[in-house]
Amino acid sequence: MLTAGGWNAGLWLAVVVSGLYHGTNPGMGWPLAVSAGLFERRSAAVFKALALLGVGHLAAMAVVLLPFGLLTMLIAWSRQIQVTAAVLVIGFGIFLFFNRRHPRVLARIPPTKLALWSFAIAVAHGAGLMLVPIYLGLCTTTQPADPGHEAAIVLASNSLILALAVAAVHTAAMIAAGGVIAWSVYRYLGLQVLSKLWINLDAFWALSLVAIGLLDLYAAGYA
Amino acid sequence: MIQRPDPTFHASPKLAIEAPPEKFAYSLLLSSDFSKPDALAVIDVDPASSDYGKIFHTITMPNKGDEFHHFGWNACSSALSPLTGHAFVERRFLIIPGLRSSRLYIIDTKPHPTQAKIHKIIEPEEVFHKTGYSRPHTVHCGPDGIYVSTLGGSGPNGTDGPPGIFIIDCETFDVLGRWEIDRGPQTLHYDFWWNLPRNYMVSSEWGLPPQFENGIVPEDLLANKYGHRVHFWDLAGRRNVQTIDLGAHHQMALEIRPAHDPAREYGFLGVVVDTTNLEGSIWTWWREGEKFRIEKTATIPPEKADPDMLPPLLKGFGAVPPLVTDIDLSLDDKFLYVACWGTGELRQYDVTDPRKPKLTGSIHAGGIVRKSPHRSGATFAGGPQMLEISRDGKRVYVTNSLYSTWDDQFYPDGVPGTVALVNVNPSGGIEIDKNFEVEIPEGYRTHQIRLEGGDCSTDSFCYSSA
Repeated sequence: MLTAGGWNAGLWLAVVVSGLYHGTNPGMGWPLAVSAGLFERRSAAVFKALALLGVGHLAAMAVVLLPFGLLTMLIAWSRQIQVTAAVLVIGFGIFLFFNRRHPRVLARIPPTKLALWSFAIAVAHGAGLMLVPIYLGLCTTTQPADPGHEAAIVLASNSLILALAVAAVHTAAMIAAGGVIAWSVYRYLGLQVLSKLWINLDAFWALSLVAIGLLDLYAAGYA
Repeated sequence: MIQRPDPTFHASPKLAIEAPPEKFAYSLLLSSDFSKPDALAVIDVDPASSDYGKIFHTITMPNKGDEFHHFGWNACSSALSPLTGHAFVERRFLIIPGLRSSRLYIIDTKPHPTQAKIHKIIEPEEVFHKTGYSRPHTVHCGPDGIYVSTLGGSGPNGTDGPPGIFIIDCETFDVLGRWEIDRGPQTLHYDFWWNLPRNYMVSSEWGLPPQFENGIVPEDLLANKYGHRVHFWDLAGRRNVQTIDLGAHHQMALEIRPAHDPAREYGFLGVVVDTTNLEGSIWTWWREGEKFRIEKTATIPPEKADPDMLPPLLKGFGAVPPLVTDIDLSLDDKFLYVACWGTGELRQYDVTDPRKPKLTGSIHAGGIVRKSPHRSGATFAGGPQMLEISRDGKRVYVTNSLYSTWDDQFYPDGVPGTVALVNVNPSGGIEIDKNFEVEIPEGYRTHQIRLEGGDCSTDSFCYSSA
């Protein structure tokens, strides 16, 4: 059995790893940064695009995590919330596994609105949802052992700060990973590797959601 | 499940130019008197093959009277768009619209072009019912499906309501519905193309079905009633943002050819005939900030002729108009090819400076009066019409039929089908290949050509070659 401290470190590691994973996925936008650099023929355009993608991704994480942060006020229900979240994540993973079609509405976003695009694509693919179980785990391991003495409002504000921290760390890792790939393609490797690096993560992505939900269920039972 | 993007998808035009050359070409075969079903011919264009220049497979449709015109792939390099993240479709199906019947055929070219077969037929009723459009024409694979332009609206004559563009799902081939949200003043249609990352579309105008189905209507032409406007659209917003009138005497604004490199925000347009002087013209359009501009950048004069040599339609003019019916731009955006179907000429312009096209090459083949033979000595009926340039820009494939009823008016002796090959000198200049001759089955005419792995009028690129 892991200690709370061990779980805590492991969960933060999961926040970082999920960020690296999202950043590597071409569907989350690194090819857009390459494209921007080639269009404007200058390196700064790559970084500007990455920054906009980061803003959108961060917002998509926050918009999913913050409501769960508020729910942690219902401390007596924490287990039920965690189980519900797990079921939600697993359900969405199964949905994505069997429904590989990309929402056509995404084609309505103009290419100039990179941050909006990044936000919409992350929401549509459940990128934020993937973090929920990790985040709820962190709420449990970070709060004091005997939360009864804390005012609910303090608990909630702690949870909300934690939600923002998780979103920020995750996004930083995501942009770092996507940035390394985008920069390598733009500066060194050339466009011909773009289609080689572009592997189909659709099924793997869906299964990742299921796996993380199952882990959450396990944690809800045993942590 | 596909794990990697189709190897024929290329991020930039430069990568497509460097890809291996085409080994097969697909050409439409038309039964111009509708006595036989239209067909798709698969031609061997691999010079190393013993069947070089032969049709080695023909897919004959189950219906008559479709009148195939243009066609396209279900997916192309646009699948690598960084916005759609939808790279895992295959370039596999050819979408062939029947311009006369409004029926669409989906042809499966896998596992090998020699085994190509009909995968699905979209009946006209489905198109009418789901879109209110008819007479499907140009096909391009876009960010959210296959875009098909139409020349007719609803009703038996296609004149109840304007024509437009509809979308087909690129995997199930279900007709999804109309594309436009706000068409603005657009009431006619012909060609369309776009710059995907820059988020705009350009469309052109031919005429309504009663103006072409039974032949060109001379009164309408002389009254300047064919299309003469160009429309610019917000692609993601599906809105017409600007319409430019070329002047009513610039009759029939047809092919739209944007620069292939999406960093270049310009393109070309061919106008069939100027009714004041019978000239054909090339126009260059470009974007300046949020506005589009267009100007006439090249003209091709008519050729004087003895009225006795002319078909009834042209006798009164004593001249042959060049009739610019197709234009095509090489993938490096360097050479623009212009078909002068009336005078029987194929022109090559250097458009490195897009607003100053320079004539760098010309060949004559066919023509209403000239009747220039093929370089091999054989008769070349009609004139150079549909053009398709190889990805590497070294070869141009040419066919000779325009449209059944129009062929008969301009070339009353008939237009038996031809596929010719034109070789390109990289520094400018063109020459017909003497040894390339395709035997087209008796009674068939030829129209658009598509090349295995993509060509210069199908693929849309999302990254600059820079």
